[in-house]
Amino acid sequence: MAQNMKIDVHHVTRVEGHGNITVNAKNGVLEECRLDIVETPRFFEAMLRGRPYTDASHITSRICGICAVGHATASLRASETALGVELSEQAWLLRKLIFHGEILDSHVLHTYMLVAPDFFKVGSVIPLAGIAPDAVLRALRMKKLAGDLCAMVGGRHTHPIAMSVGGFTHLPTVDELKAMRARLIDARKDMDETVALFKTLPWPQFTRETEYVALSKPDEYAFIDGTITTTDGGRYHLNDYRKVTNEKCVEHSSSKHTAHKRESYMVGALARFNVNSKQLHPKAQEAADALGLKAVCTNPYLNSAAQVVEMVHSIEESVKICDELIARGIKKEDAYKFAGKGGTGVGACEVPRGLLFHNYEIGDDGKIVNANCIIPTGQNLANIEADMRALVPQILDQGQEKVTFALEMLVRAYDPCISCSVHFLDVKFV
Amino acid sequence: MKPKVAFFDFTSCEGCQLTVVDSLQTHLDLLDVVEIVQFREAMSERGEDYAIAFVEGSITREADEARLKQIREQAALVVALGACAHLGGVNAIKNLAPLDDVRQYVYGDKHKWYETYAARPISAVVKVDAFIPGCPIDREEFIRVVKAVLLGKKPPIPDYPVCVECKLKENNCMFHKGGFCLGPVTRAGCGAICPTYSDGCEGCRGAIPNPNQDAMKDVLKEHGLTVDEVMARMTMFNAFDASQLGK
Repeated sequence: MAQNMKIDVHHVTRVEGHGNITVNAKNGVLEECRLDIVETPRFFEAMLRGRPYTDASHITSRICGICAVGHATASLRASETALGVELSEQAWLLRKLIFHGEILDSHVLHTYMLVAPDFFKVGSVIPLAGIAPDAVLRALRMKKLAGDLCAMVGGRHTHPIAMSVGGFTHLPTVDELKAMRARLIDARKDMDETVALFKTLPWPQFTRETEYVALSKPDEYAFIDGTITTTDGGRYHLNDYRKVTNEKCVEHSSSKHTAHKRESYMVGALARFNVNSKQLHPKAQEAADALGLKAVCTNPYLNSAAQVVEMVHSIEESVKICDELIARGIKKEDAYKFAGKGGTGVGACEVPRGLLFHNYEIGDDGKIVNANCIIPTGQNLANIEADMRALVPQILDQGQEKVTFALEMLVRAYDPCISCSVHFLDVKFV
Repeated sequence: MKPKVAFFDFTSCEGCQLTVVDSLQTHLDLLDVVEIVQFREAMSERGEDYAIAFVEGSITREADEARLKQIREQAALVVALGACAHLGGVNAIKNLAPLDDVRQYVYGDKHKWYETYAARPISAVVKVDAFIPGCPIDREEFIRVVKAVLLGKKPPIPDYPVCVECKLKENNCMFHKGGFCLGPVTRAGCGAICPTYSDGCEGCRGAIPNPNQDAMKDVLKEHGLTVDEVMARMTMFNAFDASQLGK
């Protein structure tokens, strides 16, 4: 029985960025429980000031190598809203298609390569390849498909090239779309096997009620644009995003924390599922049933299961979008021309890790005057710490090793992207 | 015995390490020829006996210098992985404005809580043996460099401009399409991927040795580009070099 426990995980592994977990328990009482974000501060908002709006999506996609398409999308939506640019139907379909590619890419990476090793009691995907070669090869196949899908639309996944204000500088051909559609259909088998694998995993049993926040739309499972919606009944226009996020600096984190009405809230796949599960593709709903997911689910470890459900959804939606684009034919469209009038706009989307905001003020000279970016991992940090504080007393008697493992798995379940949130993650137990 | 390699990251998006992971999709046999002993983004195992270190990211605070110097001491070969490590990359855009302004703009009156200094490439702190350019790196080029390093050869990084590869692809010139492109002075090796997708080169691979600056100036003048437009593009990935001019 651990009356005293000191945990100090310096740089949590298999997460994007640098964070430390610190736990300190004395005489069975939890005195300290923190997720320190020790990533170097990045200053993207300051870097955008004074630069042409046309560069913003290319600079901000460099916030994150994993959700580069997501940052580019939020950035473009912010500029497009500020400048009053309307997207064509074709551009919308392509924006959605590349977005689904990124959701699939990121979720495969997280569920198979970062989370699955914990269930096989190995340290990484490399020994996993020895134990479960079929699963690893399947993951690599699915990731290649997702990357190729993004490359078909945007030139490449990490730091897409062709996405621009008002549309795209390059368009896929109908033949490319047909070939991609065929590969997506083939991928259903890999997807079925993925659901079959993940439903056998013994997810840790831990629940804690919190508020879940996601974008929602009347007619679809929202990824780009929408209304900010919470499981506590909150509904906000995108322009009012600060009423939800209420960012504040905390000393132990170079990423700011956020809170709505409670002490914290959660964003990400589980939050999207909890807010919008009825709008999932029927096949994705079947996967949710198979995985035992039911809204509102309050076990944060099941965020990874919700990601598996979204992978099904993204594959099926991608097939639908390919069909639509093939039926319409691809048409070259005129590029947007700046009219010499600036403005202010908020762009929001549901990147793999959750709700992302970019907010720009653009001057009449086409240069960015002010910029603000609020990243999903930043919004989750306070919620992760609240989970840690609830979880540790429940398992304190299991000893340091198990508590450390449970906490690392918890942090990992949120799929944190610390470079994005600034750059941070290390676990310390004291 | 397989050479032991390790991956490290400083200030970056980790997209280059992700590209390394993605290179396994087509080159899984890479794992047959090297032993990866440390790669925090992808593995929990951690060995300190590496001979080759791939380092992603720029150095943006003094506290990180010691860690980089320790890596340099351990590794026989240090390879800069991607534009942030190689050039300073986008992180160095912040060097163009007064540091205190930048800090206060993002963190307000709490800015002193978070340490930072002017972003720099890793070569500003330690000796670097080789570099893989690009934002992000090109996965095929990564494989070529690994092969060369394992064979004890100089990594085959081109020192001719992007225009060469762009011409070979028979692309229409970005300038002729009314665009703006740093291809004439930027190091090739990317397959001219940005102009191929109809976006001008942004210079992420850095300048070629002895760029023909006069010819570049003529092109810019001919196409009527403003100093502002040119400077914005020149400082997207190369702000560190730009901020060194005149020093």
